[in-house]
Amino acid sequence: MASDEVKVIGAWASPFVMRPRIALNLKSVSYEFLQETFGSKSELLLKSNPVHKKIPVLIHADKPVCESNIIVEYVDETWSTSGPSMLPSNPYDRAIARFWAAYIDEKWFPSLKSILQAEGEEEKKAVLAQVEEGTALLEKAFIDCSKGKPFFNGEHVGYLDIAFGCFLGWLRVTELAAGHKVLDEAKTPSLSKWAEQFCNDPAVKPVMPDTATLAEFAKKIFAKPAA
Amino acid sequence: MAEEVILLDYWASMFGMRTRIALEEKGVKYEYREEDLSNKSSLLLEMNPIHKKIPVLIHNGKPICESIVQVEYIDQVWPGTNPILPSDPYQRAQARFWSDYIDKKTSGPCKGLHRETGKKQEAAKMEFIEVLKTLDSELGDKSFFGGNEFGLVDIAFIGFYSWFRTYEVIANFSIVAEYPKLIAWAERCLKRESVAKVLPDSDKVLKSVSDYRKKILGIN
Repeated sequence: MASDEVKVIGAWASPFVMRPRIALNLKSVSYEFLQETFGSKSELLLKSNPVHKKIPVLIHADKPVCESNIIVEYVDETWSTSGPSMLPSNPYDRAIARFWAAYIDEKWFPSLKSILQAEGEEEKKAVLAQVEEGTALLEKAFIDCSKGKPFFNGEHVGYLDIAFGCFLGWLRVTELAAGHKVLDEAKTPSLSKWAEQFCNDPAVKPVMPDTATLAEFAKKIFAKPAA
Repeated sequence: MAEEVILLDYWASMFGMRTRIALEEKGVKYEYREEDLSNKSSLLLEMNPIHKKIPVLIHNGKPICESIVQVEYIDQVWPGTNPILPSDPYQRAQARFWSDYIDKKTSGPCKGLHRETGKKQEAAKMEFIEVLKTLDSELGDKSFFGGNEFGLVDIAFIGFYSWFRTYEVIANFSIVAEYPKLIAWAERCLKRESVAKVLPDSDKVLKSVSDYRKKILGIN
């Protein structure tokens, strides 16, 4: 029986899952959060996302939508009359937002993840340098996109803020583990300010896990098996 | 102000073909500039400093990179003719999902098929076959991926059709015989002026790749 019900299949620690949740919060859409157990995949997940078998999945009136950034656009378009638009209306600015979201997923986040998996100081240093290079690009992108406003999307949190901001928890965990700050007032002044405003946004706060809890979880999943 | 549209591209790129098809669908006049990928132009490096890749669409001096981003941009800027994305949000999400699937799942295997030999090429071939199976199943009995209308997913995948013969020859497997539905779909797409104009001759692609493999990999 199809109602207008909205469900999100996900996990609290996943930055990708945070994206649709923030988007739904921005549109004041209530939803049921179905948490997957770490290490296993539910029947519903496998049925709703048979191609990738990954979270997040949004289920709206029994119809699944997959891929976090695609879900964000779907939420923006479906509840277009509720709250501000998450993407710029100008086609060029929209293309730039999509470009950076793709860059973050394809280049920036994989290099961030590999810091936690790096073996030895040399490798860690090399990957850190990569992440810092990418972050410097994003600092410039922020200045270009925000045009003096608090968010990539302007006055309000939008698609690119969500695409990047979802990683802030994991970024902090990585900085702690590596003993090195990537985002700070000296190196990335604009992004530092943006990060604080993003995390304090009422749509973000309820779904952003706190760093300590995330760090504990990271220890668990990145723990090397006993020799 | 006169519209200036320039496309930096490579004739055999299935990604560049997407952007060209979109521009043709919309009847947009553009200047095509062929890039020598072994000697990239300073304009390309200036307009796409991060990835240094084609295609790059330059509209009134401003660059747009990434082929699917370009196609969505073109659809938005020139909305009147031949809509590329459907208007329903759920259908749009499906179209975006499948274009994203094609991008995620083909880049590895296509590189492997093109440039590898032996076990590595075998592995790439198996991955590519998975993609063909999945897309064949997703297409089903529809005329186009989105249903009755030619759209984003068709544009995202049709360029690969010009590479099928090349893959069949260099990796020794059958695509045309195994996937009649996909071939019928491709032929339907080729009836469109934009696709017929843009897709290169399959034999030309085969010759180019065979020459490359002979020269670089020493394969006959």
